[in-house]
Amino acid sequence: MPSDKRRRSVLVQMETPNLIPERDLGKKPILEAHDLGIDFGGLTAVDDFNIAMGRTEISGLIGPNGAGKTTIFNLLTNVYRPTRGTILLDGYDTAGKSVIEVNKMGIARTFQNIRLFDKMTVEENVLVGLGNSMSTSLLTDVFRLPKHWRQEAEFHDRALDLLGIFDMQGLASTEAGNLPYGAQRRLEIIRALATNPKVLLLDEPAAGMNPNETDELMENIQKIRDDFQIAILLIEHDMSLVMGVCEVIGVLDYGRIIAKGTPEEIQNDPKVIEAYLGKQEAK
Amino acid sequence: MEDIDMTEGQRPTIKTGFGPGKGKGGVYRTLPMPARYAINAVLVVLFLVIGEAMIGNGVVSRYQTGVLEQIGIYIIMAVSLNIATGYLGQLPLGHAGFMSVGGYSCALFIMKNMDKFGLTLATMSKVSPASVMLFALGLLFGGVCAAICGLLIGIPALRLKGDYLAIITLGFAEIIRVVMLNIDSVLGFELTGGAKGLTGIPGYTNFLNTFIVVAIVIFFIHTMMKSRHGRAIIAIRDNEIAAESTGVNTTYYKTLAFVASAFFAGIGGGLYAGCIGVMAPAKFGFMKSVEILVMVVLGGMGSMLGSVLSATVLTILPEALRAFADYRMVVYSIVLILVMIFRPQGLLGSYDFSMSRVIERIMNRDFPWKKKREAKEEVSADAER
Amino acid sequence: MTFLTQVLNGLQLGSIYALVALGYTMVYGIILLLNFAHGDIIMVGAYISWIVMSKLGMSPVLAVILSVLGCTALGVLIDKVAYAPLREAPRLSILITAIGVSYFLENGSQLVFGADAKVVPDYTSLSTFQVGGMTFSFTAILTIAVTAISTIVLNLLVQKTKLGKAMRAVSEDMGAARLMGINVNTTISFTFAVGSALAGIGAVLYSMAYHQATPTMGIMLGTKAFVAAVLGGIGSIPGAVIGGLVVGFAEVAVSAIGLSVWQDAVVFLLLIIVLIVKPTGILGRPMTEKV
Repeated sequence: MPSDKRRRSVLVQMETPNLIPERDLGKKPILEAHDLGIDFGGLTAVDDFNIAMGRTEISGLIGPNGAGKTTIFNLLTNVYRPTRGTILLDGYDTAGKSVIEVNKMGIARTFQNIRLFDKMTVEENVLVGLGNSMSTSLLTDVFRLPKHWRQEAEFHDRALDLLGIFDMQGLASTEAGNLPYGAQRRLEIIRALATNPKVLLLDEPAAGMNPNETDELMENIQKIRDDFQIAILLIEHDMSLVMGVCEVIGVLDYGRIIAKGTPEEIQNDPKVIEAYLGKQEAK
Repeated sequence: MEDIDMTEGQRPTIKTGFGPGKGKGGVYRTLPMPARYAINAVLVVLFLVIGEAMIGNGVVSRYQTGVLEQIGIYIIMAVSLNIATGYLGQLPLGHAGFMSVGGYSCALFIMKNMDKFGLTLATMSKVSPASVMLFALGLLFGGVCAAICGLLIGIPALRLKGDYLAIITLGFAEIIRVVMLNIDSVLGFELTGGAKGLTGIPGYTNFLNTFIVVAIVIFFIHTMMKSRHGRAIIAIRDNEIAAESTGVNTTYYKTLAFVASAFFAGIGGGLYAGCIGVMAPAKFGFMKSVEILVMVVLGGMGSMLGSVLSATVLTILPEALRAFADYRMVVYSIVLILVMIFRPQGLLGSYDFSMSRVIERIMNRDFPWKKKREAKEEVSADAER
Repeated sequence: MTFLTQVLNGLQLGSIYALVALGYTMVYGIILLLNFAHGDIIMVGAYISWIVMSKLGMSPVLAVILSVLGCTALGVLIDKVAYAPLREAPRLSILITAIGVSYFLENGSQLVFGADAKVVPDYTSLSTFQVGGMTFSFTAILTIAVTAISTIVLNLLVQKTKLGKAMRAVSEDMGAARLMGINVNTTISFTFAVGSALAGIGAVLYSMAYHQATPTMGIMLGTKAFVAAVLGGIGSIPGAVIGGLVVGFAEVAVSAIGLSVWQDAVVFLLLIIVLIVKPTGILGRPMTEKV
């Protein structure tokens, strides 16, 4: 586990404490959101959401179903336009950018309900993610000029390297839709990584995995952070994964962050227990 | 037959239980890329030589040659529509419109420029450097005109979801038809010939050049789809939201696929004009678009082989069975409904044939029946234990 | 022709488009299907009128009733046979099926009735009447009135009745509606029935105005009515009426300035322009896809 020492961020002043791992403190946060909120026809789905993520931080977002966790992911990736607030990625405002541009700026994500390119092979799925790093023109590809072959060979290797993160090279030519559930989730992570992100958003990466797979995933999430030096924000219901891998955890209830802190702090926070189990007096 | 899967050689040689069985030494042997291209080139030339020889000997009659040319034209129409329908997953209903734009512009280009190339109606249909040059330029011009139309209609249409695209392209084909019909009266001089059609088109289409154009079109569509551009297009079909979050510029690639589809349709139209000799707006109505769509859907959306086969069968059938011609349309529509209900992915699905893959299987002694037997042996061995 | 007659012509044509557009809008609103066969249902309705009056020599009243009933039954039948098996299938499959059905009806009737136009006789001998010294076409007034009444009844049906509520619920969220105990299949069949009945009324009004039945009459009529529905904002009842009137007036206006051959082109151009400026149509509301 990385260092446990944390301090309030001096970079962003907020009501809720911003816990940035010590190693990232001197640098600008990679992802910041200020007073983010969205209303759907008068109903406030998310309100007053603030975050400042260190450049190599792993944080988690937990909360009961319908608390607005996925909505926050959709806000951060500009799938939804926020009603209030700003998002800064590495200091740049993402307002008005398209989903595609936000990805190119450095946010990649996975989906709660897996969204792979089902009819393409595993390798092709990764190659789509690598597509923006490729540079051949249409004519080079259509006429099969030497540059096409060089690039295809190079990116074939890169795709296999990425698949190696989860030991999936052997499945490279399998159709993605035919993969077992856990492998599909892993492939989604690899595809997101292929776009060369600075921040990786994982929406319930362990859903549907067995305890062994979850343990493996936990190790791999840390390995991805270490190897790629990126920040990872994940939504998860599996508490063993969240508590085991996250350095900071935010608890969301009714669209608001009700608690934020280290795994130990969260586990002992009465507000969190209340949100999950209901008020004690109610008994 | 054109080889369909050429990047196969790029695939990893490590195979698990998911891939085909192992050859000698536990490594799946693959053909190198040049060998794959050579095999296909040989097949194409072989087919061409046999075809030409049969036409030369009179084994294939003039009428049958005409049917062969039409088959080639409809193959081009089907594989070009397949880009937009099978690979991109959209449903344009104005493919005949692009065909007519390509046909008119190619025919007019050739007719207006014959003098400059020192050609006459008679010499244009003979093989000579000048006629081949003009033919190629004319087809290209037809394709580019259709592609420009595709761009004009694609930009607004592709911003909208599926059904709107269908209706806009349908409407656009209608606009083209009305324009072709009435442009002469607006311009005040003879261009498209109005309702009676454009006549006096030289018969520049023959079996040889149709076949070569078909081979080239299939090759280009194949190479486009097996590249980063094609992967982006298929990714949009499979999951548009995921494609966007993966950084695929969906607007660009949708437009690209749409324009490419229109371009090749324009080339098909150019061949058509030279084959039939008359262009009339009435031939390119909604019915023609649906006919092409039936070919794609029946063969299997996203399958090049499927489009080729169904274009061939559906062109021969009405010619072979005159009695069938009356019922053709009714049968088409019933087939369309039945295929959608019982086999929505088309008869071949997205399966594609690859000669090289067959050869590789033989090289590795990897036959479907063998795998079954091995599996059985394994089961019996387990049982003995 | 005076200006007033032109306005009346526009209203009449627009009313027919509006009636047909209502059918498109309702079906689209509930199962997101562009029902290509809708225009061809009108064609069948026109042929029924022709058979009843010309072939069997029966009364026009019977022709009207049988046309509307026949169209209603056909609409429900099409849904049950062709669309119902594909409820969970991808949109593209259902759309292609709809094209197949449309194609089948057109070519089927061409096989049965021949390609030539059949003349549908007058339903009524009353052709014009005069008010305050001005002559009005009876069919025009009747068409406008029938459309207005149909729209009001349809609106009441959707807004006030239990079935209307079920329709709205299914169009919002089919799964949730099913969980709430709504019989989704019945509701969809009912929607098809109402939409097709409107098509039947449209068929009668169209035959009254143009006296013709051809196998391909449904394509253009249907496509333009769909354009009208999209213009007005698909899924919206007042939108369909507004769209229908816009298309009707546009056609009459283009004819009036002597460019009637460009009529079809103008309608589609109008559609393209509106969709570029406001993709959801005049009264449509934006739809967002859940991520």
